[in-house]
Amino acid sequence: MNTTFRSLLGACAVSALALPVAAETTLTIATVNNGDMIRMQKLTDAFTSAHPDIKLQWVTLEENILRQRVTTDIATKGGQYDVVTVGNYEVPIWAKQNWLLPLNDLPADYDADDLVPAVRKALSVDGTLYAAPFYAESAMVMYRKDLVEKAGVTIPESPTWTQIFTAAKAMTDKSGEVYGICLRGKAGWGENMAFLTAMANSYGASWFGMDWKPQFDQPEWKATLSDYVQVMAESGPPGASTNGFNENLALFQQGKCGIWIDATVAAGFVTDPKESKVADQVGFAQFPNKEGVDNHGNWLWSWNLGIPASTKKAEAAKEFVAWATSKGYTDLVASKEGWRAAPPGTRTSLYENPEYQKDAPFAQLTLTSINAVTPDHPSVKETPYTGAQFVSIPEFQAIGTAVGQQFSAAIAGQMKPDQALTSAQQLTTREMTRAGYIK
Amino acid sequence: MARNVTNTRKWVFTILAWGVALIIFFPILWTILTSFKSEADAVATPPKLLFFNWTLENYHEVQARSDYFGHFLNSVIISLGSTALGLLIAIPAAWAMAFQPGKRTKDVLMWMLSTKMMPAVGVLIPIYILFQRLGLLDSRIGVLCVLMLMNLPIIIWMLYTYFREIPGEILEASRMDGASLWNEILYVLTPMAIPGIASTMLLNIILAWNEAFWTLNLTTSQAAPLTTFIASYSSPEGLFYAKLSAASTMAIAPILIMGWFSQKQLVRGLTFGAVK
Amino acid sequence: MATQHQRSLARLMVAPSVGLLLLWMIVPLGMTLWFSFQRYNLLMPGMVEFTGFDNYRYFLSDPGFWISLKNTLIMVAGILAITVLGGTALAILIDQPIFGQGYVRILMIAPFFIMPTVSALVWKNMFMNPVNGLLGQVSRAFGLQPVDWLAQYPLFSIVLIVSWQWLPFATLIFLTSLQSLDREQVEAAEMDGAGVWARFTNLTIPHMGRAITVVVLIETIFLLSVFAEILVTTNGGPGYQTTTLTYLVYTQALLQFDVGGASAGGIVAVILANIVAFFLMRMIGKTLD
Repeated sequence: MNTTFRSLLGACAVSALALPVAAETTLTIATVNNGDMIRMQKLTDAFTSAHPDIKLQWVTLEENILRQRVTTDIATKGGQYDVVTVGNYEVPIWAKQNWLLPLNDLPADYDADDLVPAVRKALSVDGTLYAAPFYAESAMVMYRKDLVEKAGVTIPESPTWTQIFTAAKAMTDKSGEVYGICLRGKAGWGENMAFLTAMANSYGASWFGMDWKPQFDQPEWKATLSDYVQVMAESGPPGASTNGFNENLALFQQGKCGIWIDATVAAGFVTDPKESKVADQVGFAQFPNKEGVDNHGNWLWSWNLGIPASTKKAEAAKEFVAWATSKGYTDLVASKEGWRAAPPGTRTSLYENPEYQKDAPFAQLTLTSINAVTPDHPSVKETPYTGAQFVSIPEFQAIGTAVGQQFSAAIAGQMKPDQALTSAQQLTTREMTRAGYIK
Repeated sequence: MARNVTNTRKWVFTILAWGVALIIFFPILWTILTSFKSEADAVATPPKLLFFNWTLENYHEVQARSDYFGHFLNSVIISLGSTALGLLIAIPAAWAMAFQPGKRTKDVLMWMLSTKMMPAVGVLIPIYILFQRLGLLDSRIGVLCVLMLMNLPIIIWMLYTYFREIPGEILEASRMDGASLWNEILYVLTPMAIPGIASTMLLNIILAWNEAFWTLNLTTSQAAPLTTFIASYSSPEGLFYAKLSAASTMAIAPILIMGWFSQKQLVRGLTFGAVK
Repeated sequence: MATQHQRSLARLMVAPSVGLLLLWMIVPLGMTLWFSFQRYNLLMPGMVEFTGFDNYRYFLSDPGFWISLKNTLIMVAGILAITVLGGTALAILIDQPIFGQGYVRILMIAPFFIMPTVSALVWKNMFMNPVNGLLGQVSRAFGLQPVDWLAQYPLFSIVLIVSWQWLPFATLIFLTSLQSLDREQVEAAEMDGAGVWARFTNLTIPHMGRAITVVVLIETIFLLSVFAEILVTTNGGPGYQTTTLTYLVYTQALLQFDVGGASAGGIVAVILANIVAFFLMRMIGKTLD
């Protein structure tokens, strides 16, 4: 064992260590199929040319399947994905389980302070960011300026529910196939319950009291559901009990709705002259509240890029995540497809950009709506949970869907709101007791 | 006089049959037509049947966005593979049960069918975890085996039923003529069984081609078949019907074409009565 | 007349399939049984503990359990009725001498090739939507109020959609069964003076007995686990009206990654499916001999 031999061994060892770094890494990215993500897939050349040693493998799935696959994979430490698209519903739950890598060492130009505070808060646990927001949305009112004028009503910038109901009734002309208001009715925790939770928040209700007992027997929820059922019966379209976001979008774009209250991302679609027949007639207003309640629904949804803790390519994954949610990426999208196409809702700098404001007339309202969200306390009442138009507990998907089924039966006219509320109360109490929240 | 009656009768039934066929086919026709519309036209009211701006943009988008041929290849491998493997195992079994029925053959058959009773949703996560441990996730072999096992009872059942049709007398006659077991299988049985085997094979290819639960859950990108391809077009927020129609048309076209060419086989083989 | 040699050979030939299916059944079944007695939620790892029959008790006491049972049976029975009766009628129709028989056949078989999700979406949005859909447009043209299919008749709508998908399967099998019917027998009966109906009931139907049995058995197996169509259209609602047993397992267990609960639900579904199969075999099993 002379020194030459030993140094040769050492050199071999070092070069063996160095080799994998120079080899190519392939990142498997799980994503959902919506416009902004599709756009990102088309623009990845910019990333791969700057990082020649990283290849990207895209897996596009439908939202429910994506959630199921990714959750199962992460929970069983499967390691199938290196970057996952997750919503702000999952992030806090997974972060607490240490299933996501903390993103506290992203490159400096990422500028985490530029993130819209409410969005950043929703994705952080104890101050550490666990997923990088790709786009964020709140909810708002979209209405037909021409129909409003014709009916002789007004919708102010910050309407109350009473004003909305009056306007909806005035605009309704069922024989002419114009319905005053279109709202979600399809059963599902992310479908009708997203809207109803936000509406309940704005009525001063909450899902659970501090003892984790469900609050469906309280006057606020009763008021929420009764008003919802009534306005849909008087001024809503038929078939509402199976209408989700896309169905209402189609109705509004075809000119059949007077008012539509849903995610802010819809604003881009309804004002697109290529798709919408009424693109130039749309007005916007804040999510309504009940008189005297200081809560405008508290709707916040963001699609984010997270890195599973089980990945073996953390470095490359972080590079990609930082790139895809950076200011540079927004500029890239703007240069290729105009400012309208920029992913909304995540960075304050975007909203301070005059060119963006010019191209997207609904921008300011979107920002105001997102800024008004308080994920820590979604309701005016004291709550043991965080959330927004959902409750951030793992059981919410099942409970939300079951309650959603009851409420969709209410607008299908098959049970009275009181009955639906009693069923909802019973089954939620049952689930929460089993899960151990209610002692 | 008789000729006229036959002709009129033929025309009446032709019109009736074509009418019913078109009604049944209409939703598919609608999907194909929608694939040539823009997203706005796809949801237009009143629904536009033929008079709209025909465009190929959906097909362009589908082609650009995802790897059709990769998915297509996977679909072919998975459906053909699982069917071939299944037939390999099932033919001897069905033969044995049809010609040498034991006391418990019926029970065995029923038990085989009962293995299909477990709803996939109940057993999804255990299988997923199992596959994960075995490293079979996102592999064609893995999905192939699952689909084969899922359809094996059906294959055995159908083959058993066909083989029961084959009259025993012919076999006994060949036996009395001194044919060995092997000869019996090769020269007497197989020609009569081919139609049955062919139609079972075709049916299973179709079932495997459309299987959407396991293929969606056990594959990611390498082994993803056309079902995944289609599923990726459902968007939570944003209209997608035209693109989905284009993707679906591209997905069912190969199997419709295959079905067209193998029609005679499919129909001729499914004889449940006397074999002449 | 089988010799000992032939009998053992026979057993050898059956062995691989029996063996594989045994494995396929025992491993997942075993795992599911095991999990059904555990309190195991994927989202809360490290808290797996034995919990006896708790999962079963919880699943069976679910407010939607009995309704889902009823819905499952109604749905399967409805689809079977439509496909068997409709399939027979269509098969007889195509069997007549007509022009372009090949084309007609492929048009009628086509629905079987479409992925369930896609056909459900097409039916939901293109046809059944009371505002946008074709059926609504047609009824408005006649001056009638359009029917809100998925709200007023949800289970029936699902039955309709799934029947449309499975009708080709039944038609195909019945068609070939018809085509192997002994024409001479039929002509002989006709010359003996038997009417159309008498010929139908006494010759055609018994001949198709085996075909009907196979169709019923295979369809029942697949129909018991109908899932995609419900997910896409009604998501189990309104209320519990389109929740079947499989769907209940999905919403109550899979959605919250409750492996224990899902497993218990799966076992319950297996038991019930076996009961259905048992009765089915008693009723029609004789035709298989």
